[in-house]
Amino acid sequence: MAAITVRQAISDAMREEMERDEDVFILGEEVGVWGGTFAVTRGFYDQFGPERVMDTPIAESAIIGAAIGAAMTGLRPIAELMTINFAFSAMDHIVNEAPKLHYMFGGQFKVPMVIRAPGGGGRQLGATHSQTPDAIFAHFPGLKVVAPGTPADHKGLLKAAIRSDDPVLFIEHATLYQWRGEVPDGDYVVPIGKSKVQRPGTDVTLVSYSRGLQLSMQAADELAKQGISAEVVDLRTLRPLDMDPIIESFKKTNRAVVVEEGWKSYGVGSEVVSRIYEEAFDYADAPVKRVAQKEVPLPYNQKLEQLAMPQVADVIQAVKEVL
Amino acid sequence: MNKQELLEVYRQMVMIRRLEERAAELYQQGKIGGFLHLYIGQEAVSTGLVAARQPQDRMITAYRDHGVAINVGISAKEVIAELLGKATGVSKGKGGSMHMADTEKNFFGGHAIVGAHLPIASGMALGDKYKKKDTVTICMFGDGATNIGYFHEGVNLSKVWDLPVLWVCENNQYGMGTTVERASAVSEIRQKAEGYGIPNERVDGMDVLAVHEATEKALKHIRAGKGPYFLEIMTYRYRGHSMGDPERYRDADEIKQWQESDPIGVFHAYLIENKKATKKALDEIEAQVEAEVEEAVEFAENSPDPAPEELFRDIYVEEN
Repeated sequence: MAAITVRQAISDAMREEMERDEDVFILGEEVGVWGGTFAVTRGFYDQFGPERVMDTPIAESAIIGAAIGAAMTGLRPIAELMTINFAFSAMDHIVNEAPKLHYMFGGQFKVPMVIRAPGGGGRQLGATHSQTPDAIFAHFPGLKVVAPGTPADHKGLLKAAIRSDDPVLFIEHATLYQWRGEVPDGDYVVPIGKSKVQRPGTDVTLVSYSRGLQLSMQAADELAKQGISAEVVDLRTLRPLDMDPIIESFKKTNRAVVVEEGWKSYGVGSEVVSRIYEEAFDYADAPVKRVAQKEVPLPYNQKLEQLAMPQVADVIQAVKEVL
Repeated sequence: MNKQELLEVYRQMVMIRRLEERAAELYQQGKIGGFLHLYIGQEAVSTGLVAARQPQDRMITAYRDHGVAINVGISAKEVIAELLGKATGVSKGKGGSMHMADTEKNFFGGHAIVGAHLPIASGMALGDKYKKKDTVTICMFGDGATNIGYFHEGVNLSKVWDLPVLWVCENNQYGMGTTVERASAVSEIRQKAEGYGIPNERVDGMDVLAVHEATEKALKHIRAGKGPYFLEIMTYRYRGHSMGDPERYRDADEIKQWQESDPIGVFHAYLIENKKATKKALDEIEAQVEAEVEEAVEFAENSPDPAPEELFRDIYVEEN
């Protein structure tokens, strides 16, 4: 087992799958000669050549549409969106084509493709380039939406996504690329659709994913110093959503806080809290709290941006309110 | 085409016409739900295209898809059953009029978002080029689709990557009720292909032999590895955009004028005049189609609705 970064984990997953299966290829903006704008595909162009690492025009509908078509003929494309904010330019293909084709034609087509999309705020990119719109995509049946937190889960879930016969949106967070952690050696695959307890605890349940997981883990460390034992459950997949470990944890702690980076209204937290109440209302000793982004377009100014984004202190504060 | 192939072309065009006339009746009786876009008047386009393709070539089209369905060999039974939303329909009753496909016949659908299937067609051609297959993707769309971004992204990509795709614009003069002149900066749609450096041609879409010939030429170009090709096929739909179209945008004289060059009538005359078929033989084909359509309607009406458990089937290939 080696400690590697999220960036390395993603890169390793793709390289290993491309070495294993010739039908896997990458297409996207600057994925080839440039090496990926986040350097995730550095070296791929030289190793696999221009036919398997395809630089595209800046045309998101062409990228996702072409991936769908190639997948319909049996290939396993990995389409990279430079950021998830550009997914809106390909919205029809992401939510209205890829997830519909298998169902709508009576099971005739398979669309085995992955859309990789880094997102999130905290890099002073202004309102159009800083969003965490994960919940929008998780709304559509037929699409699988994966959003890992740890390096190990990035590797294992991306490998599962590439091998999946269904379209998978694989959401990354640009500020997590340098997060380092242990990743099991060998062909490490994590099944899609399984939430996981990342840190056991007894007093309160923190539910989160992606960048929110990092905040929750840091908050749990702080809370431990104050004698509060937080259990951290990582969703890892937003659709299909696995509530079992959350309900199990909530029945034990009777208190929960959901942490996400996206906006609170109609967000991932809204869904998780509803399900906790639907499935385990009688176990609640306090109203479940949500920590999320302030309801504003993210501003450029660093102080204002951080003020809008959820912080470790906000998680700790929310935990104290439910205890 | 030999005599037998010519008769098959005639049969397919008559089948599309008759099946759709019957579908219109079923719609008016409330037996078909949703939208129903009829292909009547445009039969020569899809028929000429499919007659010229190799069996491995992939067809993909927009929502006006019954013609291609018949041309690739989907039975009248499966088409009408799909229109009626029955379990025996070609898409198991889950797609309806706009979403018919048959992978075994290399028909990749019926796509209902205007223009969205063009980048998908580029991707299909990319898949075949990647696998070094001798396969061409034939992508059909209306004149209205050439004004949306997907058209430009998909067509541009096909030329940048020299993909084996035949773009076929069915110019039926109207995007719903808006004329080409009112919606497109250039009314000669092939000029848009010219702008992308793609060889192109304007074709008489009321003449199935002209469509067939132009398609053969285009496919030869693409198979030689020279990249995409673009056909603008001039045609006309005799019926409304869909059922329930008030047709305020055109007058009866215009329709009448186009009916003088009716693709089935024109081809019928050609077959007789050139002694490719006797009137008796063509009458027999028409009678046979009529019987087949009636049998298909009976089959569809007697078919079961999809079972309730179909509701949750095929959302994912891998169910969790």
